[in-house]
Amino acid sequence: MHLDHTHHGPSALSADAHRPDGTRRALRIGLGGPVGSGKTATVAALCRALRDELSLAVVTNDIYTREDAEFLLREAVLPPERITAVETGACPHTAIRDDISANLEAVEDLEDAVGPLDLILVESGGDNLTATFSKGLVDAQIFVIDVAGGDDIPRKGGPGVTTADLLVVNKTDLAPYVGSDLARMAADAKAQRAELPVVFQSLRGETGAADVAAWVRERLAAWTA
Amino acid sequence: MSRAALLVLADGRFPAGGHAHSGGAEAAVKAGRITSAASLEDFCRGRLHTAGLVAGALAAAAVLGVEPRELDAAADARTPSPALRAAARRLGRQLMRAARASWPSAELDALAGEFPKGVHQPVVLGVAARAAGLSPVDAAYCAAYESVSGPATATVRLLSLDPFDATGALARLAPELDRVADAAVEAAGRVVDEGVDALPAASGPLLEVGAEWHAAWPVRLFAS
Repeated sequence: MHLDHTHHGPSALSADAHRPDGTRRALRIGLGGPVGSGKTATVAALCRALRDELSLAVVTNDIYTREDAEFLLREAVLPPERITAVETGACPHTAIRDDISANLEAVEDLEDAVGPLDLILVESGGDNLTATFSKGLVDAQIFVIDVAGGDDIPRKGGPGVTTADLLVVNKTDLAPYVGSDLARMAADAKAQRAELPVVFQSLRGETGAADVAAWVRERLAAWTA
Repeated sequence: MSRAALLVLADGRFPAGGHAHSGGAEAAVKAGRITSAASLEDFCRGRLHTAGLVAGALAAAAVLGVEPRELDAAADARTPSPALRAAARRLGRQLMRAARASWPSAELDALAGEFPKGVHQPVVLGVAARAAGLSPVDAAYCAAYESVSGPATATVRLLSLDPFDATGALARLAPELDRVADAAVEAAGRVVDEGVDALPAASGPLLEVGAEWHAAWPVRLFAS
């Protein structure tokens, strides 16, 4: 909403593309999806893939703990000062969609503290299939589902599956063991999403999150162009 | 300016961060002090006449144009718990963002510039009400109501309490809310002449103690 003008006030309000000092702010990408689908593992893999070429930071939105932030710290994917946890009052979808103020503060504080940043990943706490990020908080969003959650999830649709800028179908290595039909998932996703991209990934495979990282690089190139 | 702006400001869905805070209810639930709609009502009554009264007076005084810096220091002096002071400033900073987007004003911009990490939420609430053209009593009502509505909605989530029972408790507190708002406005009027020492200094020791206990938990649903 405030894309093309700067405020005279002391800080940006929400989606402003520039920081108060006039510099372009970091690209913000949200990652949402059901519990256990591999959001945090994807964030960790993205950090490993991109940290040598980009200045990046992560905001986590845990439901009732700091587990996701602590996982990222334990895995040492980024220095601790580049990882911030937001508390969400039992409603992670509220904190990423209806009342984004705490998350906006977290991203702005990260830019102030460790900036300049190229990229901030905002991870939602595991939530339901209707959870999407506000455009006032992120510039693009990734929705992560997994094959073990049921191969009917793409067919069922919902705002995350249907509208996310990138749909990631994770844990493809498990498909044979849980009876999930990857071709069916791909066809259903295509029917729900038309031209929007879908990535099938296994973080245990050799390519890891390479496809998602490539997509992030494209978004960043468009953001800084 | 329109009185209806009060409905916007007081709306529980106003995007100012309140949804992540329980107003001390999470600690009180765990300590066994809130177990039912009846004990929720008792908790809210206590919070209304202590934290609610002080917040209402701070907000009303800010509408009257009392220097926000002085009100913020007075709020600090009335909030022994460091965790509660931090939560109040965090909520103030979040309210500031929503208020500046809703009622753009030089006063709000100046306050945000002077205190980028936030001032106590009731002070921001008063400056926001002033920017919206609202009166001291409007701001006092808003602050006093927030002091009980936050714990009530949080307890619905924490105890799976029947939401109709929780709302009924709030409704029964309405006459007391009227009196607290009136007392807050009366105190705010005296602040204009006598300074911030005229602000009420009621506090609930268990709210302060519980907030420090709660802030140390590794696992919790609410930020405060």
